[in-house]
Amino acid sequence: MSRVSIQAEDFDPAAELAALEGLGGGGVASFTGIVRGEGRLVALELEHYPAMTQVQVERIVEEAMSRWPLLGARVIHRYGRLEPGARIVFVGTTSRHRTAALESCAFLIDWLKSEAPFWKKEHFADRTAWVEARAEDAAKAQSWRGEG
Amino acid sequence: MRQLTLMYFAWVREAVGLDEERIDLPAPDVTVRDLIGLLAARDGAYAEAFADPARLRAALDQRFVTLDSVIGEAKELALFPPVTGG
Repeated sequence: MSRVSIQAEDFDPAAELAALEGLGGGGVASFTGIVRGEGRLVALELEHYPAMTQVQVERIVEEAMSRWPLLGARVIHRYGRLEPGARIVFVGTTSRHRTAALESCAFLIDWLKSEAPFWKKEHFADRTAWVEARAEDAAKAQSWRGEG
Repeated sequence: MRQLTLMYFAWVREAVGLDEERIDLPAPDVTVRDLIGLLAARDGAYAEAFADPARLRAALDQRFVTLDSVIGEAKELALFPPVTGG
């Protein structure tokens, strides 16, 4: 089973992990992304493409489910204005085997960075700047093609 | 003439000052790149926002496509910079 939530609200990683543990796998892997407070960042604003985001992230999760023998996958991605220390994204996977759980978790976060329609804008005290996509993130996403 | 909805995100949206607009599709066999060229031929903010197609990515009816994809029967074309989620 898998579930995707695209939401403005915060989430509770402990509750999400407990739900994954309840699926009866041998292991749960997870990643929680947090807004870094470096460079006097006041807030991070996440814009997305509402008509596309949910379906596109579901496609990414389906890809993970087809590549690894997962008992469950959970993705939560927030949008809107987030301050340093706030949670942005949660990826959790569970499988009978640790390799599948760990690899699929890494795959999901790599693909969320390069294959989901979100854009980050940094707000500083005196200016704003759109975050530029990094070539190494694209390369990481690309590295999963032809594998798995 | 058929209409196509254009949607803009991130700095593209800010540069043109619109979330979305409708345009007349010149022909069904035009590509995303052709349309970016038409937008760049408009004045001021459009000329600047669409001057360099290499800075842009696209989705046709909510699926990522390359700039050389044909619009065909699609109803919605989104234009935006490379994504930065996660």
